[in-house]
Amino acid sequence: MLDILSDVDRWRADGQRVAVATVIRTVGSSPRPLGSKMAVSGDGGIAGSVSGGCIEGAVIEEAQSVLEDGRPKRLSYGISDELAWSVGLTCGGEVEVLVERIDG
Amino acid sequence: MGFDSLRRSLLAGERVVAFTRADGDELGARMLVWPDGRTEGTLREQELDGTALAIASAETLPATGLREIEGVEVFVETFEPLPQLFVVGAVHVAIHLVHFARQLGFRTVVVDARSAFATAERFPHADELVVEWPADYLARVPLHANTYCVFLTHDEKLDNPALQVALEAGVRYVGALGSSRTHAKRVAALREGGLGQELIDRIHAPIGLDLGGRRPEEIAMAIAAELVAVRNGRQAAGKG
Repeated sequence: MLDILSDVDRWRADGQRVAVATVIRTVGSSPRPLGSKMAVSGDGGIAGSVSGGCIEGAVIEEAQSVLEDGRPKRLSYGISDELAWSVGLTCGGEVEVLVERIDG
Repeated sequence: MGFDSLRRSLLAGERVVAFTRADGDELGARMLVWPDGRTEGTLREQELDGTALAIASAETLPATGLREIEGVEVFVETFEPLPQLFVVGAVHVAIHLVHFARQLGFRTVVVDARSAFATAERFPHADELVVEWPADYLARVPLHANTYCVFLTHDEKLDNPALQVALEAGVRYVGALGSSRTHAKRVAALREGGLGQELIDRIHAPIGLDLGGRRPEEIAMAIAAELVAVRNGRQAAGKG
């Protein structure tokens, strides 16, 4: 929370929409603890992190729709399945993230 | 989502517990609870709000994580106030310390009565720069359980009265720069001033983890490392 505060403040002062992703569940080894946050701005700004870099790209993509319609989303990421290119965690853990738009 | 209230409270040094529905149609519904029982927002079920309030009001603050409350999956998150670092003495070591501490997530305030030292030019990274008698300043600002105080002035007239204020306020960390001889002198003065041994023992002196450095930036790094160790519970906040 504190690590994203100054960026979020700046974006909002600029009139941008901002979404925040929070780690709400982890299983096994995961690089970021519960409550870790990443903020995404309408202009593509990024602050903080929710993993060691494995799922950020996917979360940022999902955050776009949250920025648009304001409806929160719960996302789950685990060890990637047979689909070679699906998003997965190399560390072998599982992470769930709640993404929501800041509306005040 | 209650972001503005949360932000305000954390910057003001308040603890907040947030309850957020993590499943179903009401995903994202949130209630914030303050230690004094104040609330904001709702989980959109009266019973759920009531139980959440009880959980937040318990003696032990809830751990951050998912839990089932009244059959509903809720993400509980305890927010500690922003760790704040008061650096007493706008000296050379302080310049580097403020820089490191900022990177480590501390809100930093530099206090010195000597306006020649406490300048914005020397401290571009400080969140606040205060030219005031340190003891007066510390006595009038809120010092909470997540407050860290470092005393670097090398001037006992400035350091000691402020040290006393910090120790009596029960802040998380108190460290004071100086050789063991300087510290012995300081302890004697504080004792004479009526401060109890238990509080005096809480002073981290010599300050900082032993990194073997002597340059100002190395001393600042040692102090910053000690702040992190205390914050993470790897070193007793009460020192020894």
